[in-house]
Amino acid sequence: MPTSAKPKQFPLPSSLKVVPGTERAQAAYPYYTQFEPADDQRFWFYNSMHFPEPMSAFDMVTAEAAYCALGASNTRVHCLPTTLGIDHRIINGRVYIGGNAVTDPKEIARRLEEFKQRAFYYYANWERLYAQWREKMMTLITQAQQLPTPALPEFEPLANVHAGIGVAANHRLLDTYQKTLEGYFRMWHHHFEFLLLGYGAYLTFFDFCKKAFPEITDQTIARMVAGIEAEIFRPDDELRRLARCAVELQVDVHFGKQLSAHELIETLRMSGEGGHSWLKELESARNPWFNINVGDGFYHYHRAWNDDLSMPFASLPDYIERVRAGESLERPVEKLLAERQQLISDYRELLSTDEDRAAYDQMITLAHRVFPYVEGHKFYCEHWYTNLFFNKIREFGTLLSQHGFFAHSEDVFHLTHYELESAIIDLMNAWSTGSAPRGPRVWPQVVAERRAALREWAKHETPPALGAVPDVIDDPAIVMLWGITRETLDAWLSGGDRDPNELHGFAACRGVVEGTARIVKSVEEISRLQKGDILVCQVTNPTWAPIFGKISAAVSDIGGSMSHAAIVAREYGLPAVVGTGNGTSRIKDGQRIRVDGGRGVVTILQ
Amino acid sequence: MSDSGLIGWFAELGLKDRPQVGGKGGSLGELERAGIAVPPGFVIKTAAFEEFLAAVERSAPLRARVMALDPEDLDSATQLSQQLRAQIEATPLPRSVSAAISRAHAALNERSPVAVAVRSSATTEDAADASFAGLQDTYLWVQNLAQCLDKVRSCWGSLYSVESMTYRRRHGFAEHDVAMAVVVQTMVDARTAGVMFTRSPLTGDRSVMAVEGAWGLGSAVVGGEVTPDRWVIGKITGEISVREISDKQICHVPRSEGGIHSVAVSESQRRMACLSDEELQALRAIGRQVERHYGRPQDIEWAVDRQSGAILLLQSRPETVWSSKEGAPVDRAVADPSLHVLKIFGGGNR
Repeated sequence: MPTSAKPKQFPLPSSLKVVPGTERAQAAYPYYTQFEPADDQRFWFYNSMHFPEPMSAFDMVTAEAAYCALGASNTRVHCLPTTLGIDHRIINGRVYIGGNAVTDPKEIARRLEEFKQRAFYYYANWERLYAQWREKMMTLITQAQQLPTPALPEFEPLANVHAGIGVAANHRLLDTYQKTLEGYFRMWHHHFEFLLLGYGAYLTFFDFCKKAFPEITDQTIARMVAGIEAEIFRPDDELRRLARCAVELQVDVHFGKQLSAHELIETLRMSGEGGHSWLKELESARNPWFNINVGDGFYHYHRAWNDDLSMPFASLPDYIERVRAGESLERPVEKLLAERQQLISDYRELLSTDEDRAAYDQMITLAHRVFPYVEGHKFYCEHWYTNLFFNKIREFGTLLSQHGFFAHSEDVFHLTHYELESAIIDLMNAWSTGSAPRGPRVWPQVVAERRAALREWAKHETPPALGAVPDVIDDPAIVMLWGITRETLDAWLSGGDRDPNELHGFAACRGVVEGTARIVKSVEEISRLQKGDILVCQVTNPTWAPIFGKISAAVSDIGGSMSHAAIVAREYGLPAVVGTGNGTSRIKDGQRIRVDGGRGVVTILQ
Repeated sequence: MSDSGLIGWFAELGLKDRPQVGGKGGSLGELERAGIAVPPGFVIKTAAFEEFLAAVERSAPLRARVMALDPEDLDSATQLSQQLRAQIEATPLPRSVSAAISRAHAALNERSPVAVAVRSSATTEDAADASFAGLQDTYLWVQNLAQCLDKVRSCWGSLYSVESMTYRRRHGFAEHDVAMAVVVQTMVDARTAGVMFTRSPLTGDRSVMAVEGAWGLGSAVVGGEVTPDRWVIGKITGEISVREISDKQICHVPRSEGGIHSVAVSESQRRMACLSDEELQALRAIGRQVERHYGRPQDIEWAVDRQSGAILLLQSRPETVWSSKEGAPVDRAVADPSLHVLKIFGGGNR
């Protein structure tokens, strides 16, 4: 065996080539996201947790807006002592990110003084600032809901003329588009207003527990902190409520008939008082709780329940069956709270000293204080607001396709947000001059080329990391948000020595299960799941909760140990490995696999 | 002396009786009184040993010779040990002692004849600094009264092993303070047996328990003759975080003529877990109860009865390795709880 003192290296960014034939699609990403020679001096890793698939030109706005806001919070708002923001680069549709550590002790000391005045103020005034946050977020959501559907009438409506508005419909397109984009960037600032501080307080308690109880599982600590009535449980709770309503209103008979969501709603509309009452209950559940999407908010094609009712409706027959069998289907909130309290006091009792108990009390109090935000923000940001955002862009896609820019309205997502603005201005111009827009002669070819590039990129594995191997990963943001440590890097470096039948992800919920893998990529495929199957999907989140009763374990491409997937899996006690990156492509449908949710390992058995 | 001066049944004993019944005897009594199932039995108190030793001393001095021993002179120690043990085994039991043991043994055999374990229970053994533990003998599957009486004397004789005597001399224990009680206890024909620590032996973590077990009698596990199955269980949560099922090639079983022997485990059982999850959870509950009772982590020997499936504790003593290291707290309260987050965000801890 040759021995080498030289550590293995990740490939340098400059050695990573754009897949031949996709150069133009690559060039579509903004210049500031392209790798440059100086990037070889830094360490980068592939953000497979949020971006497991090559991202279309428009969807890169999700990275850009998020990192603008995350960096501002770290670097300039709360002034984290040892870290600045996260840089991002895109190659072959994959998003690589790199932290920006502060290492000069004098600079750390200077930032520390700033941090104390800012972050400590947030901790001390958390409840008031969080209440204010929810108001800001609801205002933002209301504003987005009130944006008009983009439209270009042949003539400006007479009423507008008589009112002397003095601004024509084409300008309203630009106004709506810019407000849509502005709102999205603003949403991400709200998203990060509390997030790092929240994770930091949680991890403080987490680290204490790991020191005091070296063998405690991550899941146990999470259970001590997790909220019982968090927003993420509501969508599934609402479905359970609707199932109970269906039985109480005696309209449950309609749910087992294999009707489409549309047919079912029509049938209920015709079924008198009971049907009407149920539909009213459906409406109240939909707004807002069906504003949850089947992803994590980073891809335009992860649609919301509200946009595709087949997903939530698919689970109603099963819930109704359970209600008929006498189950209440209600989460025993009091009992869960009592269990959480018992867990906290049982662990407290095991601490060796009174000093430890005093520190434990302070840290768990702080963790409970911050956690509602950590759990709750995603519903408002990555789900509700993001759905409104993508749907508004979709409306622009519809308008542009009506004017010949695209064959399908969804094609709009192959343009960057800059290109989309130019296409809108092209249309504005054409509408104003009475000439034909030029976009229809430009965009269809571009869309075809980029669609082909995305397909091509998806076939190629991308290295988990690039550049120099750092001695330590001490960037708290990277550790908190991605769970990446020096051990992670070592595992990546020895990637070649690994068992090719093993996939590694984040340990989300403990338990070892063997079973048949079912690759489920869309809602339509849910019915293929048999009792005891292992769900292999891109994202597990609350939208999957209704089928958690049926499956024996879950594996997902996306997600971290604090992701919704993990929280929900723990709530349902379902063994789960999240964030495998490519489980849905490496595991074949029908294969026998073993899921070890405690170690974060999936093994393909045959 | 009356029988109760010489013999004590477990249900009558507790830790406070250790000067008379030794650590093991006191612990078994304490367990039974705390409601934990232990195999039924009695203790032959130190008073019986004193009576016996007085008889031995009458024939030839014994304690004085030990006191005069140079612990570094191993040749002399070996010679002395041989002589003293022979002397003990040759001395008949005083009538009162043999009568009391016979009556207690008969009571234990009241319903059906049982094999017993005869176990040393030294007054210095099982103390919190129990490095002394394990230096005395235990005899398993003792079939009848005659054998039992013999083994009681052998236990007493084990106080005069080379290891025991040199240990006492090195530590300067006065010989007239050294006495030994003997536990006589129904044998458990164990389907599975092993040990349990109510804290992690690897990290000292008090929130988990480690269980090790193998097929048959616990002697195979304690003696290291088999690689046991191993589990780590969350003390509070019951989560089983480690499951290592080993290849258990042999097991210890009772021999019909008394004692134990080692036999091969069948191919189908070798890699099979020797405890079910339900049994692990039952052990967890017992471990928690014992630990709560004593107020500190325990090192426990247990067995699952082959016939009844009941879990019985054979021994529980305070865990000593990690307990002696405890001291500095992991953390302390601070004036402003926000300061704790600096451990995560960096820039100095306080």
